[in-house]
Amino acid sequence: MIHLIMDTFLRYLKEREQEQLVKILSFMFYIFRHDDLKEMLDSNKDSLKLEAMKRIVAMIARGKNTSDLFPAVVKNVACKNIEVKKLVYVYLVRYAEEQQDLALLSISTFQRGLKDPNQLIRASALRVLSSIRVTIIVPIMMLAIKEAASDMSPYVRKTAAHAIPKLHSLDPEQKDQLIEVIEKLLADKTTLVAGSVVMAFEEVCPDRIDLIHKNYRKLCNLLIDVEEWGQVVIINMLTRYARTQFLNPNINESLLEDSSEKAFYASDDEEDEDKKAEAAALVKRKPYVMDPDHRLLLRNTKPLLQSRNAAVVMAVAQLYFHLAPKAEVGIIAKALVRLMRSHSEVQYVVLQNVATMTIKRRGMFEPYLKSFYIRSTDPTQIKILKLEVLTNLANETNISTILREFQTYIKSMDKDFVAASIQAIGRCATNIGEVRDTCLNGLVQLLSNRDELVVAESVVVIKKLLQMQPEQHSDIIKHMAKLIDNIQVPMARASILWLIGEYCEHVPKIAPDVLRKMAKTFTNEEDIVKLQIINLAAKLYLTNSKQTKLLTQYVLNLAKYDQNYDIRDRARFIRQLIVPTDKSGALSKYAKKLFLALKPAPVLESPFKDRDHFQLGSLSHLLNAKAGGYQELPEWPESAPDPSVRNVEVKDSVCARRTVLTGPEGAGSVPVNMILLAHLTESDSGSGSESASASDESGSGSESEESGEETESEKEEEDEEKEKKRKKRLDKTKAKKPAEESAERCAIHTSYQINTIAPSGSIKMYELLHRITGEGLAVEYCFSRQPFSPDPNMVAVQIQFTNNTNSETKNLHIEEPRLQSGMRIREFAEIGLQPTGESVTVVMGIDFCDSTQAANFQLCTHTRKFFVSIQPPVGELMTPVFLTENDFKKEQGKLMGMNEISEKLTLGEKCVNEHVIVERVTATANLSRVPCGSDKECRFAGKTVSSGCLVLVTVTTKEGGRAQLTVNCEKMVIGTMLVKDIMQALSQ
Amino acid sequence: MIHSLFLINASGDIFLEKHWKSVVSRSVCDYFFEALERATEPENVPPVIPTPHHFLINVLRHRIYFVAVIQSEVPPLFVIEFLHRVVDTFQDYFGVCTEAAIKDNVVVVYELLEEMLDNGFPLATESNILKELIKPPTILRTVVNTITGSTNVGEQLPTGQLSVVPWRRTGVKYTNNEAYFDVVEEIDAIIDKSGSTITAEIQGVVDACVKLTGMPDLTLSFMNPRLLDDVSFHPCVRFKRWEAERILSFIPPDGNFRLLSYHVSSQNLVAIPVYVKHNISFREGSSQGRFELTLGPKQTMGKAVESVLVSSQLPRGVLNANLNPSQGTYTFDPVTKLLSWDVGKINPQKLPSLKGSMSLQTGASKPDENPTINIQFKIQQLAISGLKVNRLDMYGEKYKPFKGIKYMTKAGKFQNDCHLLVIQKLAG
Repeated sequence: MIHLIMDTFLRYLKEREQEQLVKILSFMFYIFRHDDLKEMLDSNKDSLKLEAMKRIVAMIARGKNTSDLFPAVVKNVACKNIEVKKLVYVYLVRYAEEQQDLALLSISTFQRGLKDPNQLIRASALRVLSSIRVTIIVPIMMLAIKEAASDMSPYVRKTAAHAIPKLHSLDPEQKDQLIEVIEKLLADKTTLVAGSVVMAFEEVCPDRIDLIHKNYRKLCNLLIDVEEWGQVVIINMLTRYARTQFLNPNINESLLEDSSEKAFYASDDEEDEDKKAEAAALVKRKPYVMDPDHRLLLRNTKPLLQSRNAAVVMAVAQLYFHLAPKAEVGIIAKALVRLMRSHSEVQYVVLQNVATMTIKRRGMFEPYLKSFYIRSTDPTQIKILKLEVLTNLANETNISTILREFQTYIKSMDKDFVAASIQAIGRCATNIGEVRDTCLNGLVQLLSNRDELVVAESVVVIKKLLQMQPEQHSDIIKHMAKLIDNIQVPMARASILWLIGEYCEHVPKIAPDVLRKMAKTFTNEEDIVKLQIINLAAKLYLTNSKQTKLLTQYVLNLAKYDQNYDIRDRARFIRQLIVPTDKSGALSKYAKKLFLALKPAPVLESPFKDRDHFQLGSLSHLLNAKAGGYQELPEWPESAPDPSVRNVEVKDSVCARRTVLTGPEGAGSVPVNMILLAHLTESDSGSGSESASASDESGSGSESEESGEETESEKEEEDEEKEKKRKKRLDKTKAKKPAEESAERCAIHTSYQINTIAPSGSIKMYELLHRITGEGLAVEYCFSRQPFSPDPNMVAVQIQFTNNTNSETKNLHIEEPRLQSGMRIREFAEIGLQPTGESVTVVMGIDFCDSTQAANFQLCTHTRKFFVSIQPPVGELMTPVFLTENDFKKEQGKLMGMNEISEKLTLGEKCVNEHVIVERVTATANLSRVPCGSDKECRFAGKTVSSGCLVLVTVTTKEGGRAQLTVNCEKMVIGTMLVKDIMQALSQ
Repeated sequence: MIHSLFLINASGDIFLEKHWKSVVSRSVCDYFFEALERATEPENVPPVIPTPHHFLINVLRHRIYFVAVIQSEVPPLFVIEFLHRVVDTFQDYFGVCTEAAIKDNVVVVYELLEEMLDNGFPLATESNILKELIKPPTILRTVVNTITGSTNVGEQLPTGQLSVVPWRRTGVKYTNNEAYFDVVEEIDAIIDKSGSTITAEIQGVVDACVKLTGMPDLTLSFMNPRLLDDVSFHPCVRFKRWEAERILSFIPPDGNFRLLSYHVSSQNLVAIPVYVKHNISFREGSSQGRFELTLGPKQTMGKAVESVLVSSQLPRGVLNANLNPSQGTYTFDPVTKLLSWDVGKINPQKLPSLKGSMSLQTGASKPDENPTINIQFKIQQLAISGLKVNRLDMYGEKYKPFKGIKYMTKAGKFQNDCHLLVIQKLAG
């Protein structure tokens, strides 16, 4: 109540008065603190609870402490109202750390949520549970993550990937277990999971590069369809990976550079090293062939340069900069220049990176020179970075335009920027010999500028330039000597004095006079100027002691009593050196050498030089210092590690290849990819081709065995027909699901998209309506083994209509389903029009309630109705589940006794090896293989689609073609039927 | 990755904080305030500020600093891009992104931030998904909510996150099916004192407002796609199709979105639609200066140049300006020395001009800085590059949508370097 009254009050007061009032009444607040909120939270009304939660969240947002409400809030964690629930989650995650004991009260709610049939609820429960930073629940979290990692839903698996770094930061000791989960999730083939799991990989075990090998090609191919943030993480990781696995594509070029350098610095006496170098060069001289995987990465990242997300573009740009052959790096320039149109913060980061790139690869950005011209509206930090880039880009051909541009900058009102421009001119002058005189003249003109800052900066720059060739410029030195009367900026005065002292021989008449003037003003000068006066005095004393002896003495005496001890020190030191006394040591003999030694001209270098040892685009690069968690970009290896580590296992490929031949639909992705890669490796004669071609062989072997009974011609015909069907169907799928087509931006990868979860196996077509009964309309169906997305409890049935009549069929739809109790049907959308001779494929969902009863319904066209029924083989009533060997054994242990059915059988003639068994079983039932240590045993796991009961199958082979089949399943009917089906399949 | 977020207003108050991992004390912002003090202009604060234990990455939008706190290596652009996405989302939800709007909707803001990041890693940033999760507040809904006690949080679970087209929500229904496309081009140019162009580039965007039922699949083709030199797409556009056929093929998100941004290469000659004649001079010794400025249209293909706004930063020595515009109004701020002249529409028969005198500080020497003239303008129904949309087709749905295309050209960064000609003559 108090709050309400206060609120009304405050609304009528102006802000300032409000503040005062708040101060006065804050004490009152303290007494009644949050009592009303507690009351509201305890009430029965959701609206009051919501109001209270909203106010609490608003307080959290302002940074107010509301931890005393914890018990009252947490009570509502199971509230029905979804918004209240969400706000409670927000609160819980914020304060759980401070109130560990009370937070535990909420855990059971989430544990229940983890078992929910709805994937989104499972995901959100895991998300909140893993965000609660309470160490006691680490084992619960670990268990939840492990379970979620093998969840059917990719969204839940994604959440599991997100939870991994959370748990890792809470308890780093779980690292080993978490790496196992990461390994499992890395093998996931959905785009949803890829980005998140790589992020987890980067945070938990970025050095375990070996986990990437098997997934490298998949990641490359999935990349274009991963969400943008995931793309950034994956690209950065792959850059590092590629640096460890492939050879430097610019190796020949760098060799050239190396050899020229060597010739220059070659030392004759170190013959051994020379020999070694030669040997190394010989090895290197072997023509460079790019690994096809390296090429794959470059090719698949290139389209992402067109991304709207600056971070993605930058990630690709750095990948190309670090990995691409020199000739190809150029393509990133355009995209980076485009980013310069973006917000100034983006510009700032991009320019920093461009500055580094321009040092190493100047040519790349030269065509875009004008894009770096400075606008008066740019913020100063952007201006200075652009200036840096322009300076780096300057060369003999464009220097005149650049200098003209710089001249306009000097007239800008932004003084910091003017100073930077003058320095930039100085750098251009040192880098490009041809324009040195022009620049110098221009700078000297600036000395008569009215702005002192401009003059001072010019003096400093001129000093540096003159040091390079002082002989020709004694008139400039004279001119500068005159300036000493006017210029007040200490740095500039010091520079002039240093110049005169250094080149006093070029201005023998003026120098002593300058010293005279300076001696007069010595006491009023700044410290750096004083030091230079002493310097000048010392140098003059050494070269022209006749004229300056007294002056020097005078200056040194003044310095002796200076307030600054540096100056007193310097004076003492110099006096000892230059004025010979009997006590002075051996050093004074060398005084002249010490003071008037030829000093090397300063090198005006870009501050961005050598920054490229940091991975571009990284925070560390921007700061030029290693940030925590930065992973070094490794040097290229001397010789490439074995490329075959990236080959996907042969077993898979055999199985998958068969799918291509027999399974018309859902032609596995792996095969296309494998064949492609095999070709690539073969043509490139890489060492990896062996295993790939081996897979080819074994694949074709199994194929010939399969079709052995058929005559050659028949087989050909069939193949052709199937090929046609496949094509048609593919076309149709595209038309039907345009959504999926978007995935098609990368050709190979589409195939990945089609099916990711179901293990590959042949798909059998069943007839629903013969074309004679259907009066020209032929209908076939198959169990596509895809998860049916609108309802996960349904089996997806793919139906293909072929119109063989002479007229169009219209309004194809389903009517009057007659179903057993509990069974449900999700009909396909009505097909409006089907032209003659065309086929259309649609997908419908049926919940068979885990029984093999047929689903009956009517198939209607605009003219006719047909009674049809779909009866599922028992093997289609389940979906695969991924289990580890341990999990499998654990689950099997729970399903003993009545739930276990075991049969002995004799394997058919063709079931000679494990592969065939796996193939046969997966063809019969939609199960997935469980990894197993022994080669005598094959294990499979799945769960029924409708009720989610586990189905575990074990086939143990024995001597002489005998085998034992065991099925563990809660539903005995299903178990029995499955045993029958599998036995039949295996004994054929 | 991103640990915490602080929102700081122009007067340096932290008015919102959100933590995704352990709480980071707001005292970490002191380092930011230090940097803010050091910077002369608000936009000169370095985007990345290292502190002993954290790194602060900030962006400035709508006079609010969005300061993200991070603890370890992360690509800075990743954070910057995300922060901008946050601002865009707020703008999308509340119409404006101001301190007041954020404070009024603090709960929605918090819910949004909660959904956008999980443990500091972006989770849902697509506006279509977010809108399914959390409905944007409208006046009507606020009223209804207060009466019925219903909520802004979507009752249904977001299916978009699971689909293959995460940018489009499912089950979209409209009675009027419409698709509008705006082609907006901006010219960036620097023109020197003699009127010749130093650089000129055209940057364009195609913004779309698509309200179509179901899952439409659109293709958009241009008459002259070769003009487009460099493009960046919304993730919905199929890149392959563009590469092969130069056709934009996509399933659009629902509502407003930016389909494409492009750049017209500088190799093509850019037609500059306006010209400026100016004469700004100061006489040595006198405290008066003359100011003359005339604008005129050029190469506008017969379209009117509208909403013209001229601004110029006069030299610091100028005390006041007494000018006489032939049309529109002008203001001169004696403190910032910023002259701005709101011209309005340019009438080619009677060119707008601004003439008069400037008074200088007595005794001050004549200024030698270059005032630059920035010009803003708009031309309706014209894409200055000549880009034209050829046709828009829809597949996948049966109804006939209403289609519309609008063109517009405006000045991006249009800058006229006007050097003090007369002074140079006098001095020479």
